[in-house]
Amino acid sequence: MDVTFFAEIIPRLLTGLPLTLQLASLSVLFGIIIALPLALAQRFRHPLIDWPIRTYVAIFRGTPLLVQIFLIYYGLGQFRFFFQELGVWSVFREPYWCAILALTLNTAAYGSEIIRGGLQSVPQGEVDAAHAFGMSPWTTLRRIVLPITARHALPSYGNEIILMVKGTSLASIVTLMEITGIAHGIISQTYRPIEVFICAGAIYLTLNFAITRMLAAIEHRLGRHLRPPAVSIA
Amino acid sequence: MTDAIRLLGFESGGWGFALLAASLVTLVLSVAGFSLGAAIGGLAAAARVSQSRLLAGIADGYGTIFRGVPDLLTIYLLYFGGSIALTTVGRWIGLNGFIGLPAFATGTFAIGIISGAYQAEVFRGAWLALDRGQVEAAYAYGMPHRLALRRVILPQLMRHAVPGLSNVWQLVLKDSALISVIGLVELMRQAQIGAGSTRQPFIFYTAAAALYFIIASATGVLFRRGERITMRGVRRG
Repeated sequence: MDVTFFAEIIPRLLTGLPLTLQLASLSVLFGIIIALPLALAQRFRHPLIDWPIRTYVAIFRGTPLLVQIFLIYYGLGQFRFFFQELGVWSVFREPYWCAILALTLNTAAYGSEIIRGGLQSVPQGEVDAAHAFGMSPWTTLRRIVLPITARHALPSYGNEIILMVKGTSLASIVTLMEITGIAHGIISQTYRPIEVFICAGAIYLTLNFAITRMLAAIEHRLGRHLRPPAVSIA
Repeated sequence: MTDAIRLLGFESGGWGFALLAASLVTLVLSVAGFSLGAAIGGLAAAARVSQSRLLAGIADGYGTIFRGVPDLLTIYLLYFGGSIALTTVGRWIGLNGFIGLPAFATGTFAIGIISGAYQAEVFRGAWLALDRGQVEAAYAYGMPHRLALRRVILPQLMRHAVPGLSNVWQLVLKDSALISVIGLVELMRQAQIGAGSTRQPFIFYTAAAALYFIIASATGVLFRRGERITMRGVRRG
């Protein structure tokens, strides 16, 4: 193994980091924005609400992300005139937005199930107590239900975020040059897959480690009131 | 709509047979990769709970790396790395030129390595959940080691492992689509070929999605049945 080769490829691989971060953070953000209402809507237990949501979740959890990306990027391209009519063709023409759309819809499906599980773990007694205090349903949701849900759902949602970071690598198949795309390029030029894998892998592992630490810090903060206060022994 | 029926049908000019055959490749590839992953995962789990800190460390590193790095990157590593190794070996025995790895074998190996990392976690969790008293009771009854393993340890281990294995299987099935990038004509690749030659990507990728969904649902039923079988003898309620 020679050091100069590593020194040469690490900066090249790092140029893909901003794109990887953008794809992951935007799709996770949009994903949560979609997932939360989907999870909340299922609390009404109305078949006309539940059915479409369950179908959406089952489809996006039961098919490969790669198929979803291709269906959106290549498949929807067939309806170009329709999208031009609507004036949104500039979105579906860009692999960047197609990848974000596919990743968002995918993570929203998984995320809504995680949040739904979190909502179910809220003890009924807490909700009853809130009502007894005269809280409105909205205040109950904001002050009682959502904080408890967040605490329960965060560990699973953390796993989902890591999966999304890994999922962004598929964007390279629709020509986006994020870390894996650049890695593939360097491997085909140099035929040194092991060195490239070590460097690109190290970048992903560092990224995932940072995310894990960040989530652990948030989890620690959310659980503040559950821990005994620090006692100073004078 | 008539277009879709003609393209996906079984008449001449229809892609029905090709897509079904490719689904079979996907299924066989996934089963092979999952089985290899079970073997690797079993060994890695055994290493994790073993007394040897070196073995435990190696298994831990293996899990961290292959669960943290994108699967696509792992597939590239094994495909290109394997081909280079094979070419080098070829040169020793006098074969010149680049030798490509057989795509099916590489795909199986890649899925085995990736899913093994996840299955190791499942098996380790199942091992830790195993009731020690049950094992001691088996030996107290005078069961030889292998009989205890077969009658007491493995059935209970599977009880804890099957739900987790079911999740890993769903992951494997979806991961198998990535093997299309190294040229194996499985379902994803066949859909790409169909989409390319008919210029009907929407129809073909929708068909592929539907077939993946059917395979995932049908095999999901099998795993639930397996779960019921392993849960026999557990008192509930």
